[in-house]
Amino acid sequence: MLTHLPILQVIVPLMAAPICLMLRPVRLVWLFALIASAMVFLISVALLQQVVQSGTIIYEIGGWSAPWGIEYRIDLLNAYLLLIISAISTVILLSTHTSIQSELAAERHTFFYVAYLLCLAGLLGIAATGDLFNVFVFLEISALSSYALIALGNNRRALWASYQYLIMGTIGATFILIGIGLMYVMTGTLNMYDLSQRLPEVSDSRTVFTAFAFFIVGVCLKLALFPLHMWLPNAYAYAPSAVTALLAATATKVAVYILIRFIFSVFGVEFSFSHFPLQDIFLVLSLAGILIASTTAIFQQNVKRILAYSSVAQVGYMILGFSIGNPAGLMATLLHLFNHALMKGALFLAVGAVMYRVGGVQLSDFAGLGKRMPWTMAAIVIGGLSLIGVPLTVGFVSKWYLVAAVLERGWWPVAVFILVGSLLAVIYIWRIVEAAYFQLPAPGNAEVREAPLSLLIPTWMLVVANIYFGLDTRLTVGISESIAKMLFGVEP
Amino acid sequence: MLFTALAIARVKDLFAAVMLMGIYSLLTASLFVVMHAVDVAFTEAVVGAGISTLLMLKALALTGPHQNNSSYRSMLALVVVLISGALLIYGTWDIPPFASASAPIHQHVAPHYIQNSMQETGVRNVVTAILASYRGFDTFGELVVVFTASVGVMGLLAVTHPHDKYHDGDAAAMQQHLILRIVVKMLIPLILIFALYVQFHGDYGPGGGFQAGVIFASAIILYSMVFGSHAAQQVVNRTVIQILAALGVLIYGSVGIVSLLMGRNFLDYSALLPDPVDGQHLGILLVELGVGITVAAAMIIIFFSFSDRVVSEEVSPE
Repeated sequence: MLTHLPILQVIVPLMAAPICLMLRPVRLVWLFALIASAMVFLISVALLQQVVQSGTIIYEIGGWSAPWGIEYRIDLLNAYLLLIISAISTVILLSTHTSIQSELAAERHTFFYVAYLLCLAGLLGIAATGDLFNVFVFLEISALSSYALIALGNNRRALWASYQYLIMGTIGATFILIGIGLMYVMTGTLNMYDLSQRLPEVSDSRTVFTAFAFFIVGVCLKLALFPLHMWLPNAYAYAPSAVTALLAATATKVAVYILIRFIFSVFGVEFSFSHFPLQDIFLVLSLAGILIASTTAIFQQNVKRILAYSSVAQVGYMILGFSIGNPAGLMATLLHLFNHALMKGALFLAVGAVMYRVGGVQLSDFAGLGKRMPWTMAAIVIGGLSLIGVPLTVGFVSKWYLVAAVLERGWWPVAVFILVGSLLAVIYIWRIVEAAYFQLPAPGNAEVREAPLSLLIPTWMLVVANIYFGLDTRLTVGISESIAKMLFGVEP
Repeated sequence: MLFTALAIARVKDLFAAVMLMGIYSLLTASLFVVMHAVDVAFTEAVVGAGISTLLMLKALALTGPHQNNSSYRSMLALVVVLISGALLIYGTWDIPPFASASAPIHQHVAPHYIQNSMQETGVRNVVTAILASYRGFDTFGELVVVFTASVGVMGLLAVTHPHDKYHDGDAAAMQQHLILRIVVKMLIPLILIFALYVQFHGDYGPGGGFQAGVIFASAIILYSMVFGSHAAQQVVNRTVIQILAALGVLIYGSVGIVSLLMGRNFLDYSALLPDPVDGQHLGILLVELGVGITVAAAMIIIFFSFSDRVVSEEVSPE
C-alpha cells in the first residue's frame, strides 16, 4: 500500500466527502471527517519521510505513463505543502464540532463537513499533481467548496462576500485556464515536467509570453496579491471562524505554491526573471501590499478584518521573498508559508473562541476579555507576537531569513520597509491587546466564561507549535533550504 | 456570435438576455461541429443551450425579469478589459495556423492516442478513451466539481419548512395548457430513452455520462415545470436524489479503489478483468455510469432547491 500513498492522500478526503453526505447524525459526520483528515495527515508525514529518504516519487494514475496519462510527482516542495495543509486542517477540524454550533444553522452542519472535505481534497490535489490541467480541476473543486463554506455562515453579509469572491475567483480561474490553453497550444503537452522540457524551444514566442502573463495574473488573484486582494477582507471577516482559519492558513499557501512551481520549475528562473520583468513587478507590488494592507488593518474595527488585512500584508512578505531572486529569499518564502499557517491558524481559532462565547468580534466585544477568557487572550497575544516577528516565535524566524536574504543583495531600503511593516503590525496587534487587557468589560461581557476545552486545545496546539518551531528550526529551515536549492538548481 | 454577445450585454430585459445566451451557446456548439469536435459540441448544446438556460429561467422566476437601473460605470474596469483583450489578441499571433499538421498539439501526445487507444482500451471513440481512461482522473475531478456545486446549493438553500405547505404556482398556471401537457407527456419517455442511449453509446459515438446525465435531468425538470415541483418530487424523492449524487462519485472512486486493491494503480481499469482490454472497457462503462448518475442527480437537486425557494416565497406572505 506504501506505493499508493500519493494518490491516497487526495482520494481519502475525496471519497470521504460523499460518504459524509449519507451519514447521520452530525456528530458521526464530524468524527468521520476528523478521522479522514487525520489519516491524510499521517499519509503526508509518511510521504515526507519517503521523499527525504529516496527523492522524488512519481505515481502514474490509471497506469498510463507521463505525457499520455496524469501523474503525481511528489518532490520535497509538494510533500512540504501537503504536510502543512493536512496538519492545519486536522487541528481545525478538532475545533469545528463546537465552533460551528454558534455560527451555522443546524441543518447546514452536514453540508459544512462535506464542503470542508472537498475543499481539503482540492487543496491537496493541487499540491500533489504533476499535471497542468489537473491543477485547474482541483483548483475548481477547492474554489467552489470554499465559496460554499464562506456563504454557509449565519451572517447575511457572508453571502455578498462569497459572491464577490466567486466573481473574482472565477475571473482568476478563467485567466489560469487561458494560460493553460495557450501553453498547450505551443507545446502539445499538459504534463508539468514535460512542459518544462519543451517550453524553452518556444519561449521567444508571443503566445508563451501571453500564457505566462495570464497564468500569473490568475494565480495572483487567487492568492490576493495587492492590488488584487479586494475579495479577501470581506470573505475572511464574514465566513464562519473555522473556515477563515482554514482558508487563511492553507488556501493562499497553495496559490503561492502554484506560483513558485510555475516560476521556478515549469518556466524556469531564466525565463521568469530575465524574459519578463517579473522581479520588479513583484517587488513593487509586495512592498506596496505590506505597507498599505498593514496600514488599513490599523483602522479596522472588526478583529477578523484586522487579521484579514494582515494576511494580505503577509502574502506580500511571501512574494517579496522570492522576488529577491536568490535561494535565501526563496527559502524565506517557504519558511513563511509554514510559519504564517501556524500564526494565522492560531489567531483565527482564538478569535473563533471569542465568537463562540461573546457572539461578536468587533474590538468593543473584546473589552475586558483578558480577565474573562485568559487562555484565549493569551493565545491571541502569542499569535500576535509571532505575527510581529518577536524572537522565540516562528514569525521571527521567517523575518530573520527574509531580512538576511535582502541584505545579501545589499537592498537596504527594502529591509527598512520590512521593519516598518513589523512596526505597523505592532500597532494593530496592540489595539486588540489594549481592548482585551486595559478596558473595562462591556456590560454584556461580565458573564462571559473561558472558552470550552474543545476550542482551547486546538488553538493552543497551534500556539505551542508557534513557539516550538520558533526555537527548534531544524525541520523547517532544513527542508526549505533544500527545496530552495533544488528549485534554483544548486546541488545541495 | 459577436452580435448575440453584444445584444446580451445591452439588453435590459433579463428574460431576453437568458434566451440570447441560449442562442449563443447553440452557435458555439455549431462552431464546434464545424471544427469536427462533435463531443464538445454535444456537451455545449446540452449544457449551455439546455440546462443552464432552464436554471436561469427558474432563477428569474425568483427575482423578476427586470434589471435594476444602475448608473455605475467604471473607467478602470474598461481599461483592464481592453488591456487583457489586447494581450489575448497579441498572444494569438504566434499560434500555429488552424489545422496545420505540424502544430505541436498534433505532434506530441495526440498521435499516440489516435493510433493506440483502440488496442489499449477497446473503445472506438478516442475522445471517450482519453476522457475516461488516459485522463480519467481529471474526469473524476470534474465530477467532484459538479458534486461540489450541488452540495453548495443544497447547503445554502437548505429548506426547513415542512412539505405539506406546498402551493404550486407553476402547476396551477399550467392547468390550462392542455396541448403543452400532452406534448410533454409524450416527449418525456423519449427524452429518457435518448439519455440512456447517449449514456451507453458513449464508447462508439459522441456522448457519455455528462451529456446523458444532463439530458436525463432535463426530462425530470421539464416534468416539474409543467406539472409542478410537488408532483415531480413524488416521482424522485429528495433524499434519494441526494444519496444518488453521492453514489455516482462513489462508483467512480470505487472503480479506482478496486484497481488499487488488485495491485494496480488508481483508476487502472486493466486490473478489473483478466484481459486488460476488456477491463478497460468495463471500467470506462462503469465510470461513465457514475458520471451520469451524479450529474443527473446534481442538476435535479439544483433545480429543486431553486423551485422550492419560489414556492416558499409565494407562501410566506400568507
